[in-house]
Amino acid sequence: MKLAVASGKGGTGKSMVASNLAFTLVSSGQPVTLVDCDVEEPNLHLFFPAPATTTDVTVPVPVVDEAACDRCGKCEEACQYGALTVLQNRILFFPELCHSCGGCTLVCPERAISEEPKRIGTLATSTPLPGLTLISGTLDAGSPHAVPVIRAAKKQAGGDPEVIFDTAPGTSCPVVEALDGCDACILVTESTPFGLHDLQLAVDVASRIGVPAGVVINRSDGKDEATTRFCVDHDLEILLTIPFDREIAAIQSRGDLLCRARPEWQKDFTALILKCRALAGVEP
Amino acid sequence: MKVCITAQGATLESPAEDRFGRAPYFIVVESENGSFEAIRNPYADGGGGVGPKAAQVLIAHNVKALVSGQLGGNAKEVLVAAGIATYTYKAGGSVKDALDQFTRNTLVRS
Repeated sequence: MKLAVASGKGGTGKSMVASNLAFTLVSSGQPVTLVDCDVEEPNLHLFFPAPATTTDVTVPVPVVDEAACDRCGKCEEACQYGALTVLQNRILFFPELCHSCGGCTLVCPERAISEEPKRIGTLATSTPLPGLTLISGTLDAGSPHAVPVIRAAKKQAGGDPEVIFDTAPGTSCPVVEALDGCDACILVTESTPFGLHDLQLAVDVASRIGVPAGVVINRSDGKDEATTRFCVDHDLEILLTIPFDREIAAIQSRGDLLCRARPEWQKDFTALILKCRALAGVEP
Repeated sequence: MKVCITAQGATLESPAEDRFGRAPYFIVVESENGSFEAIRNPYADGGGGVGPKAAQVLIAHNVKALVSGQLGGNAKEVLVAAGIATYTYKAGGSVKDALDQFTRNTLVRS
């Protein structure tokens, strides 16, 4: 099963849910690959410290051979992102505007444009626990495009049978990229108006991408009527409710895992996995 | 010489626009005789990279000076490389007022 953990609102507990799910799976003897798709601020390695192998993530960017270029301007016209400007005496290229679409290279009648790789981030792969593979994508500071790093992290997980994707908060391209192709998705929310508001946006995104979704209410203060009503109205199952609890916060804050510090929680996370399998329509 | 003033509308009486890349109109005035042309900015609602794209419009129209409220770094780089002088006008008046100030040489280079 390819399972995404998303939220809409930031700070609701995506990484907590994803890390405890992975820990519970490997504790029961099932190998799992955990992918940190929050490449602008990955943090799963804090829960699973281990030496990692790091590789670069690159994207192709154009290089213009100015001797072969006859300044026809077709590349400038083809570029929808304003990354190329053709002047009489030179070509201006803004790498941070380039989306690596390859259009300029294709349209150049003089074949004056070639592509070279440009590093935009890294992938760190480690084995923090027997059976657990952790892949963390990190976008380089100053690089504007998170999506290629997320795509590379997902590709690295490849055809692994059991993959959990911890997504970025929000509902924009990085989340869409992480959700794409997943069998099911957990949306983590909290008992606040913000939590509910952003859950509504996340539900909309998951439904448009066609990924079956269920809800985890985290830091519940016991007053979840509005969230519950929304879930009933939208035919969303509440998969798990985690209470607002000082001890859980303390475990989390010291970089420990709830299911390791309080093993009785493993049965709740095992039940969560089974409910996700049912959502995804895969064999338990 | 052609001078471009970023504008919210298509006439000399329209308010000048502070933004460059997302200005609704570029009013291009021929300083020799005062005739002008209003160019609708096709990138006014663009997603990204509108600065260089808007600068390309000015280059295509042979503009030599730009009067606008503020310029982004990429737009500025293209304009400088293309030899287009850039001036700041933030007084909140009309295109005509911005043009008068440009003609009287009271605007600061941006």
